[in-house]
Amino acid sequence: MRTLIYLIRKEFIKIFRDKFIGKAIFGIPVVQMLILVPAITFEIKNVKLCIVDRDMTVESRELVNKLEGSTFFKVSFSTFSEQEAGHLLHSGKCDLIIQIPSGFGKETGTGNPGRIFVAVNAINAANAQLSWAYLSGVIRDYNMNIVAGIAGGQAFTSVPQVQVTNRYWYNELLNYKHYMLPGILGILVLAIGFILAGLNLVKEKESGTIEQINVTPVKKLHFITAKIVPFLIIGLVDLALGLVIGKLAFNIPFEGSIVLLFFCSAIFMVAVLGLALFISTFSDTQQQFMFTGFFFMIIFILMSGIFTPLESMPVWAQKINLANPVVYIMRINRMVMLKGSTFHDIIMEICALIVIAIISTILAVYRYRKTAA
Amino acid sequence: MKKAVESSGTGKKFGATQALKDISFVVNEGEIFGFIGPDGAGKTTLFRIITTLLLPDEGEMKVLGLDCRSGYKELRKNIGYMPGRFSLYQDLSVEENLHFYATVFGTTVEENYDLISGIYSHIEPFKKRLAGRLSGGMKQKLALSCALIHKPALLVLDEPTTGVDAVSRSEFWEMLKKLKPYNITIIVSTPYMDEAMKCDRVALIQDGQILSVDQPEKVRDGFSRKLFSVKAPEKYKLITALRSYPGISTAYPFGDAVHVTFKDDDFDDALYDYLDRMGITDVKITGTRAGIEDRFLELMGSKV
Repeated sequence: MRTLIYLIRKEFIKIFRDKFIGKAIFGIPVVQMLILVPAITFEIKNVKLCIVDRDMTVESRELVNKLEGSTFFKVSFSTFSEQEAGHLLHSGKCDLIIQIPSGFGKETGTGNPGRIFVAVNAINAANAQLSWAYLSGVIRDYNMNIVAGIAGGQAFTSVPQVQVTNRYWYNELLNYKHYMLPGILGILVLAIGFILAGLNLVKEKESGTIEQINVTPVKKLHFITAKIVPFLIIGLVDLALGLVIGKLAFNIPFEGSIVLLFFCSAIFMVAVLGLALFISTFSDTQQQFMFTGFFFMIIFILMSGIFTPLESMPVWAQKINLANPVVYIMRINRMVMLKGSTFHDIIMEICALIVIAIISTILAVYRYRKTAA
Repeated sequence: MKKAVESSGTGKKFGATQALKDISFVVNEGEIFGFIGPDGAGKTTLFRIITTLLLPDEGEMKVLGLDCRSGYKELRKNIGYMPGRFSLYQDLSVEENLHFYATVFGTTVEENYDLISGIYSHIEPFKKRLAGRLSGGMKQKLALSCALIHKPALLVLDEPTTGVDAVSRSEFWEMLKKLKPYNITIIVSTPYMDEAMKCDRVALIQDGQILSVDQPEKVRDGFSRKLFSVKAPEKYKLITALRSYPGISTAYPFGDAVHVTFKDDDFDDALYDYLDRMGITDVKITGTRAGIEDRFLELMGSKV
């Protein structure tokens, strides 16, 4: 036990004696939170419109005004030339063309449907879909107004229709910051633990110090534990730091139990640290570790559901994700922070993390041989 | 006398390379046993087997009476190892390194201080300095202190004096001599022939095979031929001339002289004339006693 404490103490001394790492450990989370949380958003604002109004009637003007009134759209160009509009879309100066053919105003109210033509730049498919959805909303609204205008205020109420009123639960304002922040906290903890711990062990190999340790009676489990504990503590301190920034800078809601969040993150850290140490037993140089580690981190993060919904991934990808610890912490963080989930709600995720943590630690201890080659 | 290390037929392969082949030797308790050989001879591989870092592929290796395969747990408590490369924590201070290794071995610096005091006192004034910032000689003393802090029965030193200045080198050997009363067996490897003379016994090792094991004096005496030392101011010219002389068997540079043997063993007077014709003047030729290096070269030559 005395040996273990001394081993852990040694790691702390080494980490904080490195002036850069000692500061970066606490600096990077702050920067990461302040940049990523407001930057990563799926909200669409200022979609650049090009209007080709061949009609120039009260009706067409009304439609354009409606589009202009929304925060999503910005009328950047107005032209009569189809060709010029096509050119603008092509060169990326506008995202969406709306063509209103002549006769649009005349047709409205005659029983014939008014026609407009819309072209969307779909290089970014998600963007295109959302723009289209917003646009449809605006046009639907416009339609309602026409119906109302023709039938007159009174009669309008008698037109049979279904009115949809929706409410977004757990994140009422669809604030992307609230959605992203818990996820970014998970990535923060992942990056700190994974890279620092993995590199630490490989560095001992590179500098030959592991050779000297290997001839001592230090137990494998003690050695690996001494590599896990310091980074676990640092990871949790960073998590606390991230939460404080979330509260102060972004006023993030926190519905659930902080203790539960830290408990889950601690398990997550053990899982991640175990994996990092496991990978580092295969690497002889820091370069090798960075290359392999980066590969795993990218897969873990992009497949974790932080950006894209898990349910829309192919089935085989969802199967792979069963072993992805980031998936679970992402879900836990969001559920605990936004929804106020309790231990019982996330018991499955916790169990999954515990299983990954145990397996990865056992693998790391097993793979770390005290004999070379 | 008790045996500290007993190796019979030890062999180790790395892929297709036979790093060690049929290595057999005995190290007695309390002696300083040297392995002499060029780089790549297999010294480090052998030491890594002795220190339980590597497993041999064939043969028997008994260290401190324990099998190196099954007894590694017990052995690690009783072996002090100083790898060829400085492998203490460079970002820990001198003092921290020493305390760290003491703790790892389940002891304290105070408990065994008398054993290392002679060595550690040299670097104690710098105990707050980071190990990475020490000079080569000081690093070596610190590494030795750390290898000794748990009072090992066997001390294994892999090329401890390589890359260390001459003064520190002889100081280092003085320190090893001072460990004698503690009955610690010391196994040391070195590429320097002069250091071989300071060992109780030496093994000459080449291409993964042991050529000879004996006391250094006896190794020298093993030299089978008459040896002559030839000196002249122009050494390079001298050695090429000697090598082209038909009556000469071997000619190796040795310090400021060239050591030569003759094909028919006895000195050939015609050599003076020959050298004179080659334009080499001021030639001094004397009979000399073979050094370990001469014996080593002879053994190497006979193997080919």
